[in-house]
Amino acid sequence: MYVAVKGGEKAIANAHRLLAERRRGNPGVPALSVDQILEQLSLAVDRVMGEGSLYDRRLAALAIKQARGDLVEAIFLLRAYRTTLPRFGASLPVDTGAMLVERRISATFKDLPGGQLLGPTFDYTHRLLDPDLEGEGEAEPAEAGADPGEGPLARVTDLLGEAGLIEADPDGEAEPADLTREPLSFPAGRELRLQALARGDEGFLLALGYSTQRGYARSHPFAAEIRMGEVEIEIEVPGLDFAVPLGRLTVTECQMVNQFKGSASAPPQFTRGYGLVFGHAERKAMAMALCDRALRAAELGEEETAPAQDAEFVLSHADNVQATGFVEHLKLPHYVDFQAELDLLRRLRAEHEAREAGKEQREAAE
Amino acid sequence: MNGVEQVGKERRGVLSVLARADLAELADGIAAIAARPEMETLRAPEFGLVMARGRIGGAGAPFNLGEVTVTRAAVRLSSGEVGHGHVLGRERERARLVAALDALWQSPAHRREVEEKVVAPIQDRLAHADAERRAKAAATRVNFFTMVRGEDE
Repeated sequence: MYVAVKGGEKAIANAHRLLAERRRGNPGVPALSVDQILEQLSLAVDRVMGEGSLYDRRLAALAIKQARGDLVEAIFLLRAYRTTLPRFGASLPVDTGAMLVERRISATFKDLPGGQLLGPTFDYTHRLLDPDLEGEGEAEPAEAGADPGEGPLARVTDLLGEAGLIEADPDGEAEPADLTREPLSFPAGRELRLQALARGDEGFLLALGYSTQRGYARSHPFAAEIRMGEVEIEIEVPGLDFAVPLGRLTVTECQMVNQFKGSASAPPQFTRGYGLVFGHAERKAMAMALCDRALRAAELGEEETAPAQDAEFVLSHADNVQATGFVEHLKLPHYVDFQAELDLLRRLRAEHEAREAGKEQREAAE
Repeated sequence: MNGVEQVGKERRGVLSVLARADLAELADGIAAIAARPEMETLRAPEFGLVMARGRIGGAGAPFNLGEVTVTRAAVRLSSGEVGHGHVLGRERERARLVAALDALWQSPAHRREVEEKVVAPIQDRLAHADAERRAKAAATRVNFFTMVRGEDE
């Protein structure tokens, strides 16, 4: 049982002043602006938005500054902020097929209609530190001379789907479960699992996805398509007979396809795992797609042998705000709790010593 | 398509441009419109959340992806038109100006001016930005060649 403590106000206030001083660092170095974080640490901003489950670049950048770059702390700040706002409603589902694509690659098809666009990627870099970035030089503008072609780029999975070699998307327009309204419960439908995965910790999901590749729930995935870019978001407003556009979001989508030898009810075909994340967050989208596929084991009649296939295990531990809350609460004073344990231990020790002493006396007497 | 649907589609197109405009574009735009009627606030700008949804697999059943911050506002012209403003983020003045321009666009006396002085230039800028983004992405289009492996021979 946790028993609260009181007092310590002065020390706590001083600790927070010290924190503010350390956050600022050397006053001889110019302070970091929120705009600088927004523009130049944009992938950190994206991660905080995704796992904070709140798309607001400026707030995420502010949270990163306030948290001294501790991204889990920043995610916590964003989650706390969202509880102060009313919910206006839900958007219409975004159409990733109509995305203004900035990056789109496939590891399964060399020659895609519309082609493969590498976009702004770390792939194929040499991972050598660049001393030039120590300076404040300007980047060379990107090449912009190429013809982008017409219209949106079809999803790769739709190309395979036309031939019936890949399972179709599950249809239905039912109101999806929402874990911000109802606590997570099991069994969890796929839509609820995807919501939990979309806001789950990148490191945790990455490790689980990796475990499926190493043989814990082996499913041999291919990255059929990864795309990143802007999608329009719109909402229905009472009294208006058209959906009102709110603007555009940057999202990353990953379509994994996996071998499936078929079952009593389904022919041999490729099955799919899906990842969709706020911002440019490719590693997260891929890990999410691997976990989504692994969590479909029961639905596809696969043997459940691995942690990544256990929805209760995965979804109950994927949220880094919950995880950090429970782990870090161990730092709070547990004096009464611990005193009780100490008393118990002293009693057990006394009994143990009395027993030992009794044994020695008996042995000496014999 | 009937007349009501057509007007809805056009109004949606205007809002889609205004929602992505920056504050200066909206403020300068509305200032350029002559003889603006009186406006009353129906809903003062307020911050809130919209749950963004995706679809399973890209085209399947909907799921909740995460929330976005939104600012909304509503105004009414003295001639009766009600304008709605919704913008991403927390920007009261932007939402209010979108609502005002939406109301003015519905007023037959102001529609053309709103389209020509406000919407068209913003639309041009956005189209340019999109074209540049697509051209830069297109410059990274890659053609991989599959190598013949020794053991295949």
